[in-house]
Amino acid sequence: MRKSVFLGALTVAGIMATAATADTLQEVRDRGAVNCGISTGLVGFASQDANGEWQGFDVAICRAVAAAVFGDQNAVNYNPVTNQVRFEVLNSGEIDLLARNTTWTFSRDVDLRLEFTGINYYDGQGFMVPRALGVSSATELDGARVCIQKGTTTELNLADFFRANNISFEPVPIATASEAQQQYLAEACDVYTTDASGLAATRAAFENPGDHVVLPEIISKEPLGPLVRHGDNEWGDIVRWSLNTLIAAEELGVTSANVDELAAGTDNPEINRLLGTEGNLGEMLGLSADFAANIIRAVGNYGEVFETHIGENTPIGLARGLNAQWTEGGLLYSPPFR
Amino acid sequence: MSDTQTNSSVAFVQTEQIPASPPPASEVGIINWLRSNLFYSIPSSVMTLLAIAFIYWLSSIILPWVFNGVWDASSIRDCRDQLQGATGGCFAVISERWPQLIFGNYPADEYWRAVLALIGLFVALAPVLFFNLPRKMLWFTGLFPFIAYWLIWGGSLWVSIFALVGVVAGFFVFRALSERSFFGAIVAGLFATLLFWIFLTPTLANALSAVIPLTLVSVESRFIGGFMINFILGTSGIALSLPLGIALALGRQSNLPIIKGICVVFIEFIRGVPLITLLFVASVMLAYFLPPGTTFDLVLRVIIMVTLFAAAYIAEAIRGGLAALSRGQYEAADSLGLDYWQSMRLIILPQALKISIPSIVNIAIGLFKDTTLVSIISMFDVLGMIQGPILSSTEWFGVYWELLAFAGLLFFVFCYGISQYSQWLERQLNTGHR
Repeated sequence: MRKSVFLGALTVAGIMATAATADTLQEVRDRGAVNCGISTGLVGFASQDANGEWQGFDVAICRAVAAAVFGDQNAVNYNPVTNQVRFEVLNSGEIDLLARNTTWTFSRDVDLRLEFTGINYYDGQGFMVPRALGVSSATELDGARVCIQKGTTTELNLADFFRANNISFEPVPIATASEAQQQYLAEACDVYTTDASGLAATRAAFENPGDHVVLPEIISKEPLGPLVRHGDNEWGDIVRWSLNTLIAAEELGVTSANVDELAAGTDNPEINRLLGTEGNLGEMLGLSADFAANIIRAVGNYGEVFETHIGENTPIGLARGLNAQWTEGGLLYSPPFR
Repeated sequence: MSDTQTNSSVAFVQTEQIPASPPPASEVGIINWLRSNLFYSIPSSVMTLLAIAFIYWLSSIILPWVFNGVWDASSIRDCRDQLQGATGGCFAVISERWPQLIFGNYPADEYWRAVLALIGLFVALAPVLFFNLPRKMLWFTGLFPFIAYWLIWGGSLWVSIFALVGVVAGFFVFRALSERSFFGAIVAGLFATLLFWIFLTPTLANALSAVIPLTLVSVESRFIGGFMINFILGTSGIALSLPLGIALALGRQSNLPIIKGICVVFIEFIRGVPLITLLFVASVMLAYFLPPGTTFDLVLRVIIMVTLFAAAYIAEAIRGGLAALSRGQYEAADSLGLDYWQSMRLIILPQALKISIPSIVNIAIGLFKDTTLVSIISMFDVLGMIQGPILSSTEWFGVYWELLAFAGLLFFVFCYGISQYSQWLERQLNTGHR
């Protein structure tokens, strides 16, 4: 007991120390690179190409922040972190931001002293079944054997869903996504459930993806986004508005192809403010006036990032769905650049 | 008629030896071998046929998979297109990603340094492993750890040089004191080395590299990965845990209650805790105990934990060897008037270590394979590389068997080599009468 109090006190002291001295932007500038925490590997969101370069939907956030601060998307030290240690690594100051498909929840935001700076992907838990099973809705899954990762929120969501619909299931516990794929293909379970993006990626890797369907029900909310430590709001603002730049650029029709042309000045004052030809938004953040233009030049707008890494023309083939702009029936809604 | 008689006698008596007839077909060659080994009874015939059917079934799966494999493709989908539904492995992933599997994220321009360090390792190990090589080669063995550190991590050569000077200083302290007490001299020598490393090495290295910068591009630990990190952890863990294990084994036999107590508690604690727990402590918990802002290299932390773990097991293996020696050996050493350290060095340990070779090799092989556990603490060793970045790339998601078979092959080559060496060593050291 005494020891745990002691350890806890040490931890808090460590966090306070980092929080008190935090001028993350200055540290990042001195270092010459953003320390970015990413997944150790998640199809479409973070993976290495043959040259050892990290690529992916989450990695694009790291690149965007680096482009905003330095004008160079490659000024990033990638720190791959596992599920278990990600928050400790962030709180210990080893990384400046975490862009690692992390669900924004109350307890993480409040109790773990973290600050979510927005949502870059709206996910939710779904079901995948073999087409041969002839199931068209998750409510028809009474008595099914379900492959599910133990000890995750998906497990709790699943129990809730089946209880609410008054049907039963038999859980088949598995440890990793690759094990799930093997078990599901070996027909050790009838249904595989995890986040919809994960289902799409798993299905895309099958030899005959057409033999499997993802059911329409989404049974939970999983808003994924980048996050920073409590205590340095200026740095949090930079990450938040880097993400908002991606979203707003798509809404305003700014792409990596036309950004140079638009940065010369347009009739649309919002585009002018975003790209730094009017107003002093960049200066307010402590960055250069063209920080948003640098982001878009480097990684493109939200739609381009989506299409490059997880969109319908990639093997993963995710539809925009909830992740469309609010003007097109989705949830993406950037506050105005004003 | 004498002629006729002679002739007839010639006709009846064989004067030359009849050449040996070939043995019956059923007693020689392949047929006899088959009969006596595979079909000598009905149950054995049944088992043989079953085994043949099993081998045929197994190779009908594996051989097409291996020989029909695709070596040149851009993604798993490309592989499937090329195979057109036929059985075959997608080995293109290995031909595209082998540098990542071997070197992790080590910068490609610096691969030669890692290769050079590997060659150096074999040169350095040779005189230790084979006794009839010139003893002067041991000088290189002594220098090698410092050279290898410089080659792999880069930075200034002066750090390595002054680390070496620290060891030499420790050795002179040991020499000066060894007349009084062997044990005290060892402790004092180690202490002197540590003091030199902590207080003098950084300052001196900085000062001299400002004058003559003998530097290689420095590579951070987090870029070192793939099979290379398994190899670094395995070799340094084995090399460091052997002396520590010997010390622990002797300490456990000691008559001094404090030393004995410390050794027993240490060994039993380490043996009672899973290696993965120690690795988690090294990667996560240690940060809470060190003063804030201290950076303590993760690879170094893991090497320490792996060494402590292996040392406890090696200590027990050696204790087995010590226990197997007859009391007469100890008494003989005492009757010659040797002190404790002399008797251990000259009489007891050479015999005890020889007895313990199989178990020590067992532990060494186990340790080498256990280094793959570091993938769980986000180090990209060969398995971490497979499970993380490679399997999560959109090109190769779903290619498991080919990558795991490659990793298995790498480990097999080295583990089988270690095992063969230990058998050779046992034959060399076999002085018993049979």
